[in-house]
Amino acid sequence: MALERKEVEHVALLARLELSEEELTRFHRQLDNILGYVEKLNEADTSGVEPLAHAAASGNVFREDEVKPSLERAEALAQAPDSDGWFFRVPRIIDMGGEL
Amino acid sequence: MAGDSWKLGAVELAAAIAGKKISCRQAAADALARIEALEPGLKALMRSCGDEALSRAAALDERLARGGQLGPLGGVPVVLKDNLCWAGHVTSCSSKILESYEAPYTATVVERLLAADAVVVGQSNMDEFAMGSSTENSAFQTTRNPWDVSRAPGGSSGGSAAAVAAGYAPLALGSDTGGSIRQPAGFCGIVGMKPTYGSVSRYGLVAFSSSLDQIGPLTRSVADAALFFQTIAGHDAKDSTSAKWQPGDVLSTVRAADVRGKRFGVPREYFIEGMEKPVEAAVRAAIARFKNLGGEIVEISLPHSGYAVAVYYIVATAECSSNLARYDGVHYGLSSREAGDLVGLYSRTRRAGFGAEVKRRIMLGTYALSAGYYDAYYLKALKVRALVKRDFDRAFEKCDYVLGPTSPTVPFKLGERIDDPLAMYLSDIFTISTNLAGLPGVSVPCAMVDGLPVGMQVIGRDFDDAGVLAAAAAFEKTADLAGRVAPAKAEVA
Repeated sequence: MALERKEVEHVALLARLELSEEELTRFHRQLDNILGYVEKLNEADTSGVEPLAHAAASGNVFREDEVKPSLERAEALAQAPDSDGWFFRVPRIIDMGGEL
Repeated sequence: MAGDSWKLGAVELAAAIAGKKISCRQAAADALARIEALEPGLKALMRSCGDEALSRAAALDERLARGGQLGPLGGVPVVLKDNLCWAGHVTSCSSKILESYEAPYTATVVERLLAADAVVVGQSNMDEFAMGSSTENSAFQTTRNPWDVSRAPGGSSGGSAAAVAAGYAPLALGSDTGGSIRQPAGFCGIVGMKPTYGSVSRYGLVAFSSSLDQIGPLTRSVADAALFFQTIAGHDAKDSTSAKWQPGDVLSTVRAADVRGKRFGVPREYFIEGMEKPVEAAVRAAIARFKNLGGEIVEISLPHSGYAVAVYYIVATAECSSNLARYDGVHYGLSSREAGDLVGLYSRTRRAGFGAEVKRRIMLGTYALSAGYYDAYYLKALKVRALVKRDFDRAFEKCDYVLGPTSPTVPFKLGERIDDPLAMYLSDIFTISTNLAGLPGVSVPCAMVDGLPVGMQVIGRDFDDAGVLAAAAAFEKTADLAGRVAPAKAEVA
């Protein structure tokens, strides 16, 4: 396969997806297969072609910088898995051992 | 009419209610009875909203009784795809990660439907986060095709399509990123429209691929699609990609449907190897009818069509990997808290919350955007996307509309493609290009092959949504397939 297994593991880490061994093996095979199909893009001559990220031609949309009502804090926190009433609470993030 | 009102289209039903021939409450009750009878076999809905629908309908009846008026969708039952936010209601995207998520605000399209006095009767099943072509990627259930319950209804808006085809409601909202309205509409024998990019606000649509996603109607007739479209379309300041544009009176344009003198382009690339012969024959016969209507048929070429699926699976997955980064177990939704550190919280939450197809696409998109591969995959795909759009620009110098099949096959059997992602991706081969180019496309029923529906697609220039619908309406009159409700035999194979 053109795609290496360690690349799949690295991408899973970048994507913050924990995968089982079985998933790693399956996604490795399927991603390699899909990327093989996508290779056909190289047959298209794109010299001098500008990339098109978006079909709409509107560009930036500006408005006045005015203060307007938005979601209340209590509503924003209402579905938080963990909160102290003011902030979203997360596990300690220091002492991670230098990983990413 | 009481008891049978679920057979009516939206235009007729709204008129009957305004003329006091039937009450809103009766219309809602009829829809809910139909849902109750068929839903165990079809599984088109994530949840129905019976009590709320009945109380809302009663309030509308009261307004009429006091001499008040109803809006253009007064009392008409509608179904929402479960990726549209509706304040105080669960919006799950058929995903475990949002299984009990209640939207704190309402999508603009839903606000506009409610302002037009429609009555929401249910929220529909879909492929998880709109990623799929059969609803088999729903984390909760697979919807059945009401014409043959052993077959897929299409996807990702398969629940919305099956609901409309089976008579749950004359109107449903879907979203279309690569064909997710048109392909299920074709598979379920109804009308499905992907409007021009920017014509309908996406505020409150849970994002999948923001440069491609578009909300649109699924209905049993083109007139209903026109009424529905003109109700939801038009500029919205809450969506920065929303065009400063208003739809006008689309329904009148559609009623006056006249295609005399219009040029219809038939791309030679849309009749490919691997297409089912009866489908090809049905679509070719349908195209020929445009000539009888006074249109001119011209052969055109869209030379980069063969690259569309490859472009799509880079662009859509890249954007989805970014959009779905928000599901982190911190702000809302599922959270896997047994973990020690923050990366563990993210990674285990996403492992538990996402299904296989969503994970696969996040992986592919992350890969395409990662250091060393960005130019080779993502940038290359954007350049080929420009060529796909240029093909259409050139084609529209020679024709006013493009005609072709919606799908290369009749509805496939459930389970047939679920283990082969690439085969599943290729079922969207004729619909993806219009999303890449931002154009409006409508699938309209054109034939039945062995008891299964076949759809034809009409594609137009951007913001010629009314013209595309008018062309579909002109054809619809010749086909005698409009307004049908599927038999929806409840027994599951």
